[in-house]
Amino acid sequence: MRGKWSTAVVLGLTAALTTGCTLVGSGSANSASTVTLVTHDSWAAPQQVLDAFLQQTGIKLEVLKKGDAGALTNSLVLTKANPIGDVAYGVDSTFASRALSEGVFDAYTSPEADRGPQRYLADAQHRLSAVDVGDVCLNIDTNWFAQKGIPAPASYDDLTDPQYKDLLVVENPATSSPGLAFLLGTIAKYGEQGWQGYWQKLKDNGAKADSGWEEAYSQDFSGSSGKGPRPIVVSYASSPAAEIGNDGKPRTKALLDTCYRQVEYAGVLHGTKQPEKAQKVIDFLLSQQFQTTVAENMYVYPARQGVALPKGWAEAAPLPPNSATLPGDQVQAGRERWIGQWRSLLGQ
Amino acid sequence: MAFAARPVSRAGLGLLALVPLGFLVVFFAWPVLAILKRGFSGNGVLTALAQGETWRLTWFTVAQAAGSTLLAVLAGMPLAFVLARVRLPGVAVLRTLVLVPFVLPTVVVGLAFRALWTDGGVLSIVLANAFFNVAVVARTVAGLWSHLDSRAEDAARALGASRWRAFRSVTLPALLPAITSAAAVVFLFCATSFGVVLVLGGGRFRTLETEIYLRTENLLDLTGAAALSLVQIAAVLAVLVLGAAARRRRETALKLRARRESARRPVKGEWWVVAAAIAVVALLLTPIVALLIRSVSTEDGWSLAGYKALSSTGNDGTLQISGWGAAVNSLLTATDATVLALVIGVTASVLVVTLRRAPGRVSHGLAEGLDTALMLPLGVSAVTVGFGYLVTLDALPGDLRTSPLLVPLAQALVIIPLIVRMVLPVLRSIDDRLRQAAATLGAGPVRVWREIDVPLAIRSVVAAAGFGYVVALGEFGATSFLARPQTPTLPVAIASLIGRPGELNNQMAYAACALLMLVTAAAVVVIDRFGSGRVGEF
Repeated sequence: MRGKWSTAVVLGLTAALTTGCTLVGSGSANSASTVTLVTHDSWAAPQQVLDAFLQQTGIKLEVLKKGDAGALTNSLVLTKANPIGDVAYGVDSTFASRALSEGVFDAYTSPEADRGPQRYLADAQHRLSAVDVGDVCLNIDTNWFAQKGIPAPASYDDLTDPQYKDLLVVENPATSSPGLAFLLGTIAKYGEQGWQGYWQKLKDNGAKADSGWEEAYSQDFSGSSGKGPRPIVVSYASSPAAEIGNDGKPRTKALLDTCYRQVEYAGVLHGTKQPEKAQKVIDFLLSQQFQTTVAENMYVYPARQGVALPKGWAEAAPLPPNSATLPGDQVQAGRERWIGQWRSLLGQ
Repeated sequence: MAFAARPVSRAGLGLLALVPLGFLVVFFAWPVLAILKRGFSGNGVLTALAQGETWRLTWFTVAQAAGSTLLAVLAGMPLAFVLARVRLPGVAVLRTLVLVPFVLPTVVVGLAFRALWTDGGVLSIVLANAFFNVAVVARTVAGLWSHLDSRAEDAARALGASRWRAFRSVTLPALLPAITSAAAVVFLFCATSFGVVLVLGGGRFRTLETEIYLRTENLLDLTGAAALSLVQIAAVLAVLVLGAAARRRRETALKLRARRESARRPVKGEWWVVAAAIAVVALLLTPIVALLIRSVSTEDGWSLAGYKALSSTGNDGTLQISGWGAAVNSLLTATDATVLALVIGVTASVLVVTLRRAPGRVSHGLAEGLDTALMLPLGVSAVTVGFGYLVTLDALPGDLRTSPLLVPLAQALVIIPLIVRMVLPVLRSIDDRLRQAAATLGAGPVRVWREIDVPLAIRSVVAAAGFGYVVALGEFGATSFLARPQTPTLPVAIASLIGRPGELNNQMAYAACALLMLVTAAAVVVIDRFGSGRVGEF
């Protein structure tokens, strides 16, 4: 009897332990030269460029995605005693202060940093290197306004005009990263005292708030493939580059006076066992080779100067010349309070 | 005979218990407690618990989950009847079809519901939750119903009871263990449903789950999240205890039979039930058809571009592998997760049933405790478990935190409760006199299991495996956090595609949904075939 029970137990345990082999078996063995990059869900890079990096340095980049910029930052903070990777990319200016105050990153100044990334320096100790900027701006459906014969809006103030009633859809800053950036943009514009008054006017003028970018842009916005009812949406400066019509002309436009700049950073993780190789990855992320891919693959603008944007971007999605920003410390200190105030103001 | 074997099998039982308990402790209790502990520094938790906001969230969470569960049970019962008792062409297709909604990514279904009912608010949340969970009720209840001896009902009819009266006083009480089982699972799914509430609630409607997610993932307010998690766990435990009490009151041994004897052509009033089932299916199909239409419509009319794009990695390298590659990953991961969950879930079910059959309060208490513990993973936020893995699993050899193994492990955690809930009612309802007779005839405990329990329960085990497989295919919360970009599953790939601008990415996302449904249907057909081959054997 004992024999039979223990056979069952052994069989069960064996099955439990061996399951998953189909996945594990395919992993690569050469771990000596593997560097792990922890990043956000939007990471995308052409395989040829990664292969070239492997050729040049002997470093194979292992990528781990950990949600959006917020989830990524929090994952890094929670694992700072024993990091899950060697280098991280994707902590943005909204979350940088949290990562820095928690001591997630080690100082490193890349030789590539003075080719442009220094413009977006986040801290004096050089623990973060700017890789790209992704500006959040209002996008409009240009055809909609042309057909209705209504002049297209251009500024924050225009949106409170009654002729734009019920035309705007935004994202909830509590659940959406572009939503938060847009809120920060209005705080930069109207100040800590004035932004609530502005939002009250937006609300009175019929602004709609969705949970996420997917619902706002792909469903409620009239300029995307979802053909929604509202011609003004909070999205990215680069979004019009994805909405080029058959005639080669962009169907949508970003309002360049309503942009808020989000800088995305990379840094060497404190506690990595291979800091030199991790630094090589930072150099790679700032290199001409990688920087030329970020626009096309991640819809962001290279931090490096003199990197050409893809064809069509000059017309459809130029880099906004004077986007607003708020200091990281002010964002860190105010974020939760502002989101709370926004929620009660909008009844969300 | 049976007495002589008892001390030995008790030691065996102890060993057997190590499998489910060890798994639950390492991959659930430890990570969750570690995250909760981080929130417990200072007395912030008490402050958060005292806030009226916390209790408003709790009320809404419970209310929407209760409403969704009620709707899912009402809609699922006619379907269960058809699946279990009706022999008509098309029933086999129906068996497969009802499972399809379950795998669809919540964001896609959310978008479909938003398109069908703009600003439906609470009503759309309840409808969408029910949409996802009708299958749980239909398949769980049908699993027991198809084995129920219909002669008792026929006798009641012969004695003059109306069809409805016979159902109410004979069949319904017998089905109650399965109904409460299914309702408990559905309630947990709805109470912790995240994507549906977020997309359809638009931020106006929030639940404990969405707030825990927000506090953990966005604000890193682990204290606030811990307070809400405690409330959530308490609510879940309360529901589980209520469910267990309801089950206990109704427990009776049933005469189980092969399906062949109980399925027949519907007669008279039964056609109304069939009509109701068809109406439910039509409603289930509405959002599905809507998203199929989306997958082929473009700016310039109909196009198969989205389907053609499945063999690519999306516009501008959104994915690291093709849509087909993601489908293969989904199948592999779900297979691993299902095998693992079957081993643990069936072991746990056997354990619970054996403990309940043993005399004495202690073993009954143990059975109830284990039963409840097995359900808890459904009531805890995926983000809590995911972040818990990050802070604990590096203590194990091999640093599982970044291992691809973690995906099937996390998926198994979600499937195990479902397998237990589908297998347990059938195991429990096996007439103990059959087992005693076998023992009297000289069969040892293992032989009794092999000759009596296994043949009677195998169908429900296969059904549970099929259902678990489908759940693994559709699992998104934990998978998206743990999957590696080289090996995304289909739901993770769909989320990446839909999160980008551009018509082609959108179309490819909807085409990938169609592929996911197809893969699901194929998997269910294969598993159901495998199961039905064995039914006639007893």
